[in-house]
Amino acid sequence: MSSTAAPLTEAELAAIRSDFPQLGEIVQGHPLVYLDSGATSLKPRQVLDAERRFAETRTAAVHRGAHTLAAEATEDYEDARMRVARFIGARDDELVWTSNATEAVNLVAHAIGNASLGRGGAAAERFRLGPGDEIVATEQEHHANLIPWQELAARTGATFRWIRTHDDGTLDLGHAAEVIGERTRIVAFSHVSNVVGLENPVAELVALARAAGALVLLDACQSAPHVPLDVKALDVDFAVLSGHKMLAPTGIGALYGRRELLRDLPPFLTGGSMITTVTMEGADFLPPPQRFEAGTQRISQAVAFAAAVDYLDAVGMERIAAHEAALGARLAARLAEQPDVRLIGPADSPHRVGLAAFTIGTVHAHDVGQLLDEQGIAVRVGHHCAQPLHRRLGVTATARASAYLYTTPAEVDALVDGLDAVRRVFGGR
Amino acid sequence: MTTDTGLYQELILEHDRERHGHGLRDGGAAESHQRNPVCGDEVLLRLHVADGRVADISWQGSGCAISMASASVLHDVVVGLSLDELGERIELFREAMRSKGRQPIDEDLFGDAVALSGVSKFPARVKCALLSWMAAEHALDSVRAA
Repeated sequence: MSSTAAPLTEAELAAIRSDFPQLGEIVQGHPLVYLDSGATSLKPRQVLDAERRFAETRTAAVHRGAHTLAAEATEDYEDARMRVARFIGARDDELVWTSNATEAVNLVAHAIGNASLGRGGAAAERFRLGPGDEIVATEQEHHANLIPWQELAARTGATFRWIRTHDDGTLDLGHAAEVIGERTRIVAFSHVSNVVGLENPVAELVALARAAGALVLLDACQSAPHVPLDVKALDVDFAVLSGHKMLAPTGIGALYGRRELLRDLPPFLTGGSMITTVTMEGADFLPPPQRFEAGTQRISQAVAFAAAVDYLDAVGMERIAAHEAALGARLAARLAEQPDVRLIGPADSPHRVGLAAFTIGTVHAHDVGQLLDEQGIAVRVGHHCAQPLHRRLGVTATARASAYLYTTPAEVDALVDGLDAVRRVFGGR
Repeated sequence: MTTDTGLYQELILEHDRERHGHGLRDGGAAESHQRNPVCGDEVLLRLHVADGRVADISWQGSGCAISMASASVLHDVVVGLSLDELGERIELFREAMRSKGRQPIDEDLFGDAVALSGVSKFPARVKCALLSWMAAEHALDSVRAA
């Protein structure tokens, strides 16, 4: 995306890289060139240390127990919530911990499903779905922001509809204006597609949803790690985050929900830690966010997630975005100038982040990935959990290179130059 | 050309290009459609049987060089076998592929499939090599159940 901040200097980039132990790994006899951060990011020492420090000195259950460590663990856990919430411009009580972004989308979909069954009382009536109501997603979506909505529609009798993409994979806003209408109750879309790699026009889509009186859920998995994110400025109702894509460990994600919406939503998972009074006849539930955090939580992972956003803040999201925009532009331009390469999405868009999917000749993406791996270059190959988009693009699989704050221009060049090995083996097919 | 790892042997690339047995032919005793959900590779395979033996393997599919070459090799290896021999051959091939390089492929039994030996050292690619063989196994099960 375009940004006015200065990209990272070489010295800054070198300092950042020294924080990531895995960048020193040797793969297939070559120094690792890690271009798969869109799947999962590498972890800096500061995050690994934070998790270990917590496990070594603060292990205790949170929100229960009267001993000192239990109180300190609870404080760390809630402090982590505040830091991650502020990172995306939310208030503390608007951030719910989840296992991952997939669980966060499912939480919203199932809570709305429960409201549609009458759970949550009068306050939750606003969420009730039934025949005649419509849920809208896009053809670009990752399966995690697609299947939960198909299933919610199937459970409630609502209709699932989708916004088409253009031939290059970008969203067809004209079609969005046709699809989003007075029957639309939910509009779910990704901020940045994990295949096309462009920042989507959030404001236009939110405006269409607002005019229709629909709720908006933003999949921020591919944006929050890479560009400044302010959920209030974007005016979305829900947003989902994946910790492990933004320097945090696996096993932690988050749901942002506007306070008055979380207040009225019935729970998804039920059990310990989310109740006030329990009788043999039923239970009363805590206010959000605890209402949505049943059972023992991912405590050390939450603490590490906070360390991750601290790390990103210390570098500065504007500068990270500028660095990655430069890498993405270089990646797209260099791929596009190869006569046998098909770049997914436009080559010269100002909205591209540091991610590009492509095919080369008629060589299958798996073979491309294998031959790059022989050179120590790690890319993702396959449909990237976006089968409908690949079908729309007329390909079964693509190779995808994705950068992060620690990626160098030389690594982007290594990938593009590394494609020569594919040409040598497959003879220009 | 052969790469460092021996994964893309010239024989593999040849089979990937030539795709022996490719194209669906009428009159199969059973067919099976197999798909690798990770990469979207797929094979639709028909098992043709005459006098209790494999008369033909006809197939179509799309996928990586390993999966397409493996289907081509499968055709060459199993046409003419009895159904019991087919079952045994599939089992042996699966064992070799899952052996992480410890169990070599017997050239007398497997012909060009020997070129796929290197695949067993790449756990992520074993499914590619097994795709058509699993389709043959499912088709064989259907024939036996009928």
